[in-house]
This record gives sequence, structure tokens and C-alpha cells, in this order.
Amino acid sequence: MTFELSDRVQAVPPSGIRRFFEIAEERDEVISLGVGEPDFSTPWAARDAAITSLEQGKTSYTANRGKRELREAISDYVADRFDLGYGADEEIIVTAGASEAVDLAFRALVDPGDTVAIAQPSYISYEPGVIFAGGEVLSVPTKKEDDFRLTVDALEAAGASEADLLVLCYPNNPTGAIMRESDLEPVAEFAREHDLTVLADEIYAELTYEGDHTSIATLPGMRERTVVFNGFSKAHAMTGLRLGYALGPADVIGAMNKIHQYTMLSAPTTAQHAALEALDSCDGDVREMVEQYDRRRQFVLSRFREIGMDVFEAKGAFYCFPEVPEGWTAEEFAEAVLREQGVAVVPGDVFGAGGEGHLRVSYATGLDDLRKALNRLEAFVEDHV
Amino acid sequence: MSEREVLELLRENARYSTADIARMTDLEEDEVEAAIAELEAAGVVRGYQAVVDWDKLEDERVRAEVELNVRLDRETGYGDIAERLARFPQVKALRLVSGDYDFDMEVEGDSIREVSQFISEKVAPVPEITQTVTHYVMTSYKENGIELGDGDEDDRLSVSP
Repeated sequence: MTFELSDRVQAVPPSGIRRFFEIAEERDEVISLGVGEPDFSTPWAARDAAITSLEQGKTSYTANRGKRELREAISDYVADRFDLGYGADEEIIVTAGASEAVDLAFRALVDPGDTVAIAQPSYISYEPGVIFAGGEVLSVPTKKEDDFRLTVDALEAAGASEADLLVLCYPNNPTGAIMRESDLEPVAEFAREHDLTVLADEIYAELTYEGDHTSIATLPGMRERTVVFNGFSKAHAMTGLRLGYALGPADVIGAMNKIHQYTMLSAPTTAQHAALEALDSCDGDVREMVEQYDRRRQFVLSRFREIGMDVFEAKGAFYCFPEVPEGWTAEEFAEAVLREQGVAVVPGDVFGAGGEGHLRVSYATGLDDLRKALNRLEAFVEDHV
Repeated sequence: MSEREVLELLRENARYSTADIARMTDLEEDEVEAAIAELEAAGVVRGYQAVVDWDKLEDERVRAEVELNVRLDRETGYGDIAERLARFPQVKALRLVSGDYDFDMEVEGDSIREVSQFISEKVAPVPEITQTVTHYVMTSYKENGIELGDGDEDDRLSVSP
């Protein structure tokens, strides 16, 4: 028999990243700048804490919302780092990666027919998440002229005043754009004026260069309408441990917890032990990794300028987003560079509206490989442009 | 401040080109060169050496950590003894340390015999030295902050969101 797959599942096309993954896999000697996760291993102290917890047999479920100690540590950490005030009891939920938290928020907040505005280009899971939850997606393209920051003009042009929710991801995957407080203020005003709930994915918050991250939830009147997502994958290099969290008002976190307790029960226990140690003792490791990313960022941006590819000055995450030369689409360029020079990058279109004509270049890769990859890109540009 | 940044990068990898150091910092190439020249002139940077995993080479290399106890008198201080020992090319490192012994000395040679002879003939007879304890290095796991294992494979997917 054939299954009658649900309309919602059928409505979501397969990921555009998959195809590049397959071409990259079949070639030898590929240097990949297409990776969306840190090249560092989890700080040893956090791994050691995970191992110890296993040795001690700490392998049962935790509280649905996550270990209390961990929620308290998260509460202290976000207060200290980002000036965010959330109580450990009712306003924090620990999830299997920030991705789960995003999905929970969509399912807790979206009714069929609700419109979710998504600032794009952005991480590829928001659109499918909205569709799985039965909502309608409204793309809000950001522009290179604005350094890929979200503006009120862009929101108005897309008709976002009619939307119910707004999804933001800053520092941004794939562009590396960040939004300073002064950039967030008009967006916050727009959200208040049009009564939008804001979902702020701040998973890359620690990876903000030349200044500190500002969360939109710290702006006046925003805490009560915002859910913030963060986690351990990027800053603490813990992607495979799958541990994230959401911060928000008690009623929305409670609703998310209702779904979570029936689907996930609790986030992985071993990972929670690692995360607790990560917050306790790994600030130095995080600082060191951020320093490394920052050097690579400057290296890669300098090289793109030398190569003659137009690139805006990304100040967050571990991506930069150069424009492809005239006469190429992003996809053609990315495929040709991969086949001819063995360098994998991801075409910007994959990340939604506004990404066309650009490439996502990840610098979560050692400097030796970055140097080689950019030399190969330079050779490609010399051959073809 | 820029010198500090350059120093950190040199400590990470002394073979970074000045051009690459300039790209990684917001310095110009000639500023990087000037910073390096200044570090060298001030004696902060004393040299550049390769970090070697001797186990990967055919020829034997013998290394020993030697604990030294000394007795000082009015005419002789730690500095005097150190100076005398440091002149021997076999001595690769020499540090005054706290604890059960006074000096911590690293010695290198081509054979155990050579290293033993050096210690018994050149070091032990020094009048102020009252005791030597020699530990031959059997295996090295980490040198100058660099792990000597085979390293972890990058097992990340080649393209991921």
C-alpha cells in the first residue's frame, strides 16, 4: 500500500542543502565551508561532566522542564550576559536543541490560518515548522543595502502588519548580520503597534563581534510578547548533545511544556549534565572560541575583498555572505566551485527570500583549510570572471 | 595592544605569514612587521622552534627531566648555579621551582649513555649540587600545548544547515 501522507508534510519541499551535501560527499578532497556547526569539540570540562554523570548512573528522565539546577544556572547566565530576567520555575524550558524549542513555540502559538512573518534569509527550519503547525508563512526579505538587518520598511512592504507572529534570527544564519539596539527599536515598535508575538532565535548570541548582543526581549514592552531561544550548540560547541532552551512569559512556556511533556518528556539527561558544567566553568573556552572565530571572520572578509567578491561586513555567527559575480546565479556558482575546485559553500537561495545571488560561507573551519579554500576560490574567480 | 594580539597569534603558530596576521587583525602588514620587530628587540620573543613528536622519527632522542637540589652559600646564589648549568647545550630548559627540589632541568641527548654521562660527569660534580634525580621521558603526550595524539577526525557532515 502507499501511505497517504499528510498535506502538511507534502507541502514542505525537501531541503535545498541536501543536494549540495550529496555532491560534496561524492568528491574527494573537498574543503567544506558549508558546515553549520562549530569545528571545535565540546569543552573538555563539559564532556567530563557528561561522562561522570554516566558513570554515576544518572540516566533517568529529568523534570519535564529540565533539571532545576540547570534552569537556575540558565536564569543566572542570561541575566548576566544578556540582561534577560527569567525565573527558573515557570519562565524557562530546557529542550532537545533550540530547534525543538522553536517547534514547540509554533505549535503552542499558531492556529490554522495564522500568519507567521519570517525575516529572511534565515535558518531553514522556521518555514517548515510553521507549515507543520498549520500556519501560513509570510516571507520578509532583508536586503544587502541594509546589511541584512530587518527594517520597518521591509516589514511594511511584505505586509507584516497583518501577521500574528514574527520570527527573527540575529545574529543571523546565513548572513552573519546582527542587529544593534538601535536597529531593534523600530522593529519592536512595529511589533507593539501591530500586536505581533516575536520569536527571537538567539542561538548565536555569544558569537557577536565588535560589541555585545542585545536581545529584543530587553526592549520596553517586549518581554511580554517575546519568546527567546538559545542553547548550547553554537557557543559551547555542543550540537550533537542536542540541548537548547526557551525563555518567555509563564503562560507561553507552560503551553510549550504541555507539548514537550507529551512528546519529548525531557531533554537528554546526559546533555543536561554537560550543559550545567558548561555554564559553571567553560566561560574561558567560549571566549577563546569566539576569539578564534573573530580572527577567521576578519581573515575571510579580507580575502573576499582581495578576490574582488562583494561582501558585507558580517558581525555575528560564523558565516559571511558574499555576493556572486555578475552573470551567475548562486546555485550555478556554488555547484561550479564545488565541481571544479572542491570547495563547498551553500547558495543563499536555500535560506529563503533575499538570499538569492549570495553564498553562505562558514568559517567554522581551521585557518589552514580556510586559507586553502579561499585560494581555490580565487583561482576559480580568475578563471571565470 | 596590537603587539599583544600579534604575540598571541605567533604563540598559536609562529609560521603565520605577516599578511595572514594582518588579515586576522585589523592591522596593516607593516604594522604587524613592526610589532614583531619590537617584540624581538625587547627580548619578549626569544626565538621560534618547531614542536617535534620524536616518536614519529627513526632516530632515537633521549630526554630526561632532572630534579636538582643545591646548597647556597654567601658567595653563590641560584642565579650563579643556573648560569653555569644553562651554558651546556644538552640543557634544553632550566627553571627554579618551588617544592621538594630547587631546579627542574630538561636534558636532551642521542642516547641514555650520553645523557647519564652528562649528568654524572658535568652536573653532579658541581659543588653546590647536593642531589640529582633523573627521570627519563618514556612517552610524550603533549608538548608546548600541542597534543601529540593522532587527533580527532572531523566527523561533521560536509554540508549542514
